[in-house]
Amino acid sequence: MKEVVNLPVKNIEEEEYHINMGPQHPSTHGVLRLVVSLQGEIVKSLKPHCGYIHRGIEKMCEKDTYPQIIHLTDRMDYLSAHINNHAVCMLVEKALEVEVPERVKYIRTIIDELNRIASHQLWWCSFGMDMGGLTCFFYGLRDREKILDIFEESFGSRLLHSYYTPGGLMMDIHPNFQKSVKDFIVYFRKKIKDYDDLLTGNIIMQERTKGVGILSKEDAVSYGVTGPSGRGSGFSCDVRKNHPYGVYDKVEFNEILMHEGDTFARYMVRMHEMHESMKIIEQLIDNIPAGDYSVKMKAVLKLPAGEYFQRVEAARGELGVYVLSDGNKTPFRMKFRSPNFSNLSALDHISRGGKIADLVAIGGSLDYVIPDIDR
Amino acid sequence: MSSFFKYFTDIFHAVKSLLTGMKVTGRYFFSPWEIVTQQYPENRKTLKMYERFKGEVIMPHNERNEHRCTGCGICETNCPNGSIEILQGRIETPEGKKKRIIDKHIYHLGMCTFCGLCIKTCPSDALAWGQEFEHAVFDRSKLTKILNQPGSSIIKDIVE
Amino acid sequence: MNFSIYDFTSFNQWLDKLLYDNLSPFWAVVVEMTVIGLVVLLFYALIGLFLVYAERKVCAFMQNRVGPNRVGPYGFFQTIADLIKLLLKELVHIKNADKLLFNIAPFIVICASFMAIAAIPFAKGLHAIDFDIGILYVIAVSSLGVIGVLLAGWSSNNKYSLIGAMRSGAQIVSYELSVGLSLLTIIVLAGTMQFSQIVEGQANGWFIFKGHIPAFIAFVVFLISSTAETNRGPFDLAEAESELTAGFHTEYSGIKFAFFFLAEYMNMFIVASIAATVFLGGWMPFHVSGWEGFNHVMDFIPPLIWYFGKTFFVIFLMMWFKWTFPRLRIDQLLTLEWKYLLPINLVNILIMAFVVLMGWHF
Repeated sequence: MKEVVNLPVKNIEEEEYHINMGPQHPSTHGVLRLVVSLQGEIVKSLKPHCGYIHRGIEKMCEKDTYPQIIHLTDRMDYLSAHINNHAVCMLVEKALEVEVPERVKYIRTIIDELNRIASHQLWWCSFGMDMGGLTCFFYGLRDREKILDIFEESFGSRLLHSYYTPGGLMMDIHPNFQKSVKDFIVYFRKKIKDYDDLLTGNIIMQERTKGVGILSKEDAVSYGVTGPSGRGSGFSCDVRKNHPYGVYDKVEFNEILMHEGDTFARYMVRMHEMHESMKIIEQLIDNIPAGDYSVKMKAVLKLPAGEYFQRVEAARGELGVYVLSDGNKTPFRMKFRSPNFSNLSALDHISRGGKIADLVAIGGSLDYVIPDIDR
Repeated sequence: MSSFFKYFTDIFHAVKSLLTGMKVTGRYFFSPWEIVTQQYPENRKTLKMYERFKGEVIMPHNERNEHRCTGCGICETNCPNGSIEILQGRIETPEGKKKRIIDKHIYHLGMCTFCGLCIKTCPSDALAWGQEFEHAVFDRSKLTKILNQPGSSIIKDIVE
Repeated sequence: MNFSIYDFTSFNQWLDKLLYDNLSPFWAVVVEMTVIGLVVLLFYALIGLFLVYAERKVCAFMQNRVGPNRVGPYGFFQTIADLIKLLLKELVHIKNADKLLFNIAPFIVICASFMAIAAIPFAKGLHAIDFDIGILYVIAVSSLGVIGVLLAGWSSNNKYSLIGAMRSGAQIVSYELSVGLSLLTIIVLAGTMQFSQIVEGQANGWFIFKGHIPAFIAFVVFLISSTAETNRGPFDLAEAESELTAGFHTEYSGIKFAFFFLAEYMNMFIVASIAATVFLGGWMPFHVSGWEGFNHVMDFIPPLIWYFGKTFFVIFLMMWFKWTFPRLRIDQLLTLEWKYLLPINLVNILIMAFVVLMGWHF
C-alpha cells in the first residue's frame, strides 16, 4: 500500500517525499490512486491516477441498441442510477420527437429526487466515517434502507434498476408507492435532525472543515466543478433551474448557494439539498396524473442521423450525454460528460498547502464516485 | 476584554455541541428496540420478498408441465450481453407442416445484468421474475440454467 | 460504617500468618509475591477480554445493531475466538529492524500498566502496594508506557511508523501535564497522596460532591486528558491514521499486536479506576451525611461491586466519547491542551486552594 521513492533522506521534515494513497484505501471511495507529494506534513502537489475500473462503457454502447444502453448507464454513477438513465431516455425521446405522458414525467421526477436523497445519505454517512465518527455510517445507511425498500417494492431491485426506458417506464409503479413515499418523508424529517445534532453542529467537525479546501468561484467555473461542490463556491449551475426538464418547471424549490467555498459550505449545501428534495417530492406525490406508463414505441429504434445532446442534474453535478448517430439502430459514438471527472480535476488545486488529514476531508466533501470517473 | 469573554463563550458553545451529539448516541444506546438487523439464516422460513423482486429469470410452467415459449428468439436478440441462448427444434404438426419449437432455452445466470428486457419484449409472456435469491454455488457450471423443464411442451392454442 | 463482613484485611493477615508459620521467611515472601503476581496477571487478562467484548457490544448498541451474538451466549466468547486467531498468526520478521528493541517494546507497555494496577485499591485491604505517595507513583509509572511506543516506532525501520510514533509520543507527553495537574487539585482537597487515605476521606461524601465546582471541573479535565493519553476516542489520530501512516504498531503481528491492543484497553481501565478512586470514592458506598438509614442500606452492597460499578461507569463514558465524535487533527489536539486545558487547570488549582483555605467545601 505504501510505495516510497528511494531518495537518500537527510532530514525527514524538509525533503519532499511521495506517498501513495493507493487503489485500495479506506478513505478514497473506490479504486483511485493518489500520488501525494508531501513536505513534512504539508501537501505540495497531488496526482490522481484513475482508470482502475475502466470498463469501456462508451465503447460498449456502440454495439447496443438504445433500450439496451440503459443497463450500462445504470452502472456509471451507481448512486444516482435513475438520473443517468433519465438523460439517455430524454435524449432518445427528443431525437425521435416522442412526447411522453405527464404521468411518466411526474413519476420520473419523483424517483429522481428520491435517488438524490439516497445518494446524499450515503455521502453523509461516508463523510462522517472519514472524519472518524463511525456511528454516522450506520445511521445514514439505516435511513437509506427505507428508500431502497420503496424501490424494491416497485421495481424489484435496490441499486441498479433499469426502470426508465425510451418512451416511458418498464412497468407501472406499485399501488403502495405513494403511501410509502409519504411515510418515508415523515420519518426522514425526524431523523435528519439527528444528523444535524450528531455531525453538523459538532465543534470538532466544524473546526476540521471550516476554512479547509477553499475553491473560489472563478476556479469552480474554470475547472468545471458543478453540482453541490460548485454551488458551495457560489457557482449557480443547477440544471434543474437553468434548463428545466421533467416537471421541474412546475415545482417550487430553492437553489442552494453558499459563497465561502470551503468544505463546510459544500457540506451544508448537500444537507439543505436533502430538505429541498423532500419539498419537491411533497409537492408532486399527491398529484400524479392518471394515464399510461409508456408510449408505444417501435421494436427497433433508429435515431435520424445527427448529433444530440441532453444534460441532467445528477447527484454530483451536471451529467451530459452526447450521441452521434448515423441512422442505424446503435449509436455511432456516445460520449458522457462525467461530473465526477471534472470535480476530481480540482482536487489538486484545492488541497495544496493543507495537511494530510485535510485531504481526506476535502475528498469526502467533493464526493466523487470512481466508476463515474473511469466509466 | 472581549477576547476574554469570547474564550469562555467558545468553550461553552463547544461543550454544548458535544453534549448534543452525545445525547443522540445515548438515546440509541438505551433503545434496543430500534435495532433493524435481521437475523438472516434463522429467519429464512418467514422471509418473504416483495412480489416484484428480481431474483432470477424463470419460465413459469403450469400444473400440466406446459410453458408459453415458442422459441422465437426475440429475447436472445434483445439481451444486451448474450446471457440467453435459444436452441430451436422442429416438429411436424398433424397437417404435415413443420413448426418451430423450443429445444433448450439456456440462461447464463452468471452473466445476466437483470435489465428485464427479455421479459418485457417476449411476445408470448413466457418469462417472468423469480423470487429465489440464494444463488451462491461452488461450481460455475451450475450457473448455466436451462429454463424449460424436461418433458414440457408449449400450451396449446397460444396466441402470439 | 461497618465493613467487617467485607474487610479483606483479616483474610490477608490470616494468610500471612499461615505462610510464616509453615515456611521460612524467605520462602513465605516468595510465595506471597508469586500469588499476588498470578492474581494480577489473571485479573489483567480477564478484564482485558471482557473490556474488548464490552466495547464491541456498547458500540453496536449505539449504532443500532446487535454486535457479536454467535460465539457463545450473546457472543460472550467472541474475544476468546479472536485471541486464538491472533495467537495462531505468523510473526513477520522485519529485515534490518533492531531485533532487541522490536521485541521488547510491547513488553514495556504491558509492564508499565501492570505496575500501575498494583497500586489501586479494590476494596478495604485488597490493595497490593500502599505507598504514601500513591498518586505520584501511579502517574510516574504510567508515563513509562511512552517509551514502549517510541521504541516500537523506531525499531520498525519504517518511516511512517516513526512519524506516527513521534506524533503519539508528543500527544501523550503533553496530556500527562493535564492529568497530573487535575489530580493535584484533588490532592489539595484531600491533603494526602496515599490512595487508602483518599478513599477513607470520602466516607461521608465523594470528592466530586465535596469539592463542588473546582472538583467537577477537575473531573472533566481529567476525563478529557486521560482519553487523550490512552490514544482513544476523538484523539486516536496516531492509530486511525491508517488513512496514511498506519501508526506505530504497523509492523507487529500476532501476539505482539495483541499485547499493544490489550495494553490500550487496560490503560483505559487503569485511568478509569483512578478517576473512580480519586473523584468518585473508590470502594466507598454512596453516603449522604445525615441519612443514616440510607447509609446502612448502601453499606450492604459489597465494596467490590461499588468499585467495579464506578469504574465501568467511567469506562462507559469514555466509550461514549469515542463512538460519537469525529477525530481531531494533530494541531487541534495540541492547541486544545496548551491553550485551553492547561490554563483552566492552573486557575482551577488556585480556586481549589482558596476554597480549602476558606473552608468552603463540604
